[in-house]
Amino acid sequence: MPDLSKRLLHSHEGKLLLVVLALVIFLSLATKSFLSLQNMIDLLTSYSFSGMLAAGLLVVLISGGIDISFTASASVAQYVAMTIANQYHIGWIEVILICAVVGIACGLINAVLIGTLGLSSIIVTIATLNVFFGLLMFVTHGNEIFALPDWFVNGANWVVYTDKQGNPYIFNLQMIGLIAAFVLTALLLTRTNIGRQIYALGSNKDAAQRVGIKVFRLNLLVYGYMGFVAGMASLVQAQDAQSVSPNALVGRELDVLAAVVLGGASLTGGVGTVFGTILGVMLLAFLQNGLLLLGVQSYWSECFTGAVILIAVSALALERQRQRAGVRRVMA
Amino acid sequence: MVTYTAPPARAAAARLWKPGPVLLRLTVLFLLLMFLFGVLLGHRLFNGAAIRSMAFQLPELAIFSLAMMVPLLSGGLDLSIIATANLSALAAAFVFTHFGVSGSDASVLLWHIAALVAAFGVAAMVGLLNGTVIAYLGVSPILATLGTMTMVKGIAVGLTHGGVIAGFPPFMVFIGNGSILGVPVVLLVFAVIAIPMGVLLTRTPFGQRVTMLGSNLQAVRYSGIDTRRVLVRVYLLSALLSAVAGLLMMARFNSANAAYGESYLLITILAAVLGGIDPAGGFGKVSGLVMSLIVLQLVSTAANLLNVSQFLSLALWGAILLGVAGIGRVWAWARLFLPARKPS
Repeated sequence: MPDLSKRLLHSHEGKLLLVVLALVIFLSLATKSFLSLQNMIDLLTSYSFSGMLAAGLLVVLISGGIDISFTASASVAQYVAMTIANQYHIGWIEVILICAVVGIACGLINAVLIGTLGLSSIIVTIATLNVFFGLLMFVTHGNEIFALPDWFVNGANWVVYTDKQGNPYIFNLQMIGLIAAFVLTALLLTRTNIGRQIYALGSNKDAAQRVGIKVFRLNLLVYGYMGFVAGMASLVQAQDAQSVSPNALVGRELDVLAAVVLGGASLTGGVGTVFGTILGVMLLAFLQNGLLLLGVQSYWSECFTGAVILIAVSALALERQRQRAGVRRVMA
Repeated sequence: MVTYTAPPARAAAARLWKPGPVLLRLTVLFLLLMFLFGVLLGHRLFNGAAIRSMAFQLPELAIFSLAMMVPLLSGGLDLSIIATANLSALAAAFVFTHFGVSGSDASVLLWHIAALVAAFGVAAMVGLLNGTVIAYLGVSPILATLGTMTMVKGIAVGLTHGGVIAGFPPFMVFIGNGSILGVPVVLLVFAVIAIPMGVLLTRTPFGQRVTMLGSNLQAVRYSGIDTRRVLVRVYLLSALLSAVAGLLMMARFNSANAAYGESYLLITILAAVLGGIDPAGGFGKVSGLVMSLIVLQLVSTAANLLNVSQFLSLALWGAILLGVAGIGRVWAWARLFLPARKPS
């Protein structure tokens, strides 16, 4: 299919794919352990939290909004769920339900405030970030929960395969969460009427309103979905960390934003794909992991990450400028 | 009877950010809070020590907020202010700790100047980078400054390995913790910066261009103004103000580090918006910002005196912003039911 490959090359995702592939080839030649199964499992596990949040944030960005408060929602969700799990005899289903309810509630609060206050979504969610996080820290006095129920600590992993040295390769809760978040988001965005409406809203809000899209209701869904994903991600993160700390997650919201934007989503809305977001998360994950494996001091990893973000957003902007110039030439 | 069609949300939002009522509303809020906390705390709030501690804490956040305000007015945002401040402070700290601060008066003075030059030089580089990427490459300000924020902090962490540089000459300690005639030096520094900034942003061609840029960038360009040069200066100014805040932070803690003051970042946006600065650009005054900072500081000091966690004041800050916006909306809604003013 030459047509498809040509289209892919001209899309942002195609170029990003080439960059990621180049990075993978370089790292697998330069280091022994990068392309090992164990390293990939570790990467999937440790980036599950940001990956899941990236999927949720993608939906918000496509709708033309932004959410900064999701790390606070996640912190609240995992703290509430684990506190209740420690008090009462409940199982997985109840914990998942609690996280979903708390996350969705936080998301709905955002959507209602954005819809009624006439403030932009970034301002509202910065305010709610402070409200959620401030109240959580106030109520919990910043105390961590170290003792989690046994069934939760042991988690859900399945040994898929044991190699000759007896090293087990596992499939775990974190991977399920990550895959589920991306699949669910892809289905929502590309296979449902609501997904088309979200793209329409982000592309042109006034036009969307004129064709009869109920913006407020759609926003409830978008921010509610972000909250739901944040709740699920918080659960996965708590299981991975084996403890819950109220201030461990807040501050990571901008990293997630960076990954989604690297994946080609536009802050002005209407643009973005799940595939691009996956590549964006992969690029940052491979970069940070690769630097570590190459023996670069971990102190410098943030600097490289920043440089890559800066170069990528500049390249994206130049690309869009050229596209616009092309359109103008055709029109003239 | 006149049928009234509701104004679109955008127009209502614009009315919310008219400069006059914002100051009025914040003053009313301030007086209400003063009354509330006065009843709760009595003379514990209204004494010299409490007011002085407020005066010491306010300026850092205030100057950071000014650094955030300039890009906000132009319709942008600068997420790299804290990182820039820390890298600038580290540059100054490097000069102070590696080259003598002893010796003759002349050489001590020279090294102080060298430290300042280092700090502002670093900040200027970051500001120019931000400005160039935003103005000439057309990157959205959030993304460009998110990139520089990560990179600049990364440089600071990489160079210091996350460590603290401490031990500065007595003059810096005096700047951070001293007072002149009972007024903290940091507050004086803030006044010396805020007043010219107010003049610069409202009474000079540059200030006019910045706010016009925030209202309608295309129109400004078509009227023959080099918008890209103005934008570069906006981010340069923002970075230089950040460096001042970074130096104050360094003087107050008597140390510098790559990660100081990170919790200020989003708070500055909150403070600016509460102070009537339209986050979409175009409207806002330094006076409103100062008033909003005083309100926020009052809440935080009262929380401190009431012995409740500082995090509650964080939550209250967010709630105040949402509350003020909410009252504005209710007021706009209520006016729909008042008799419309006759056109004159």
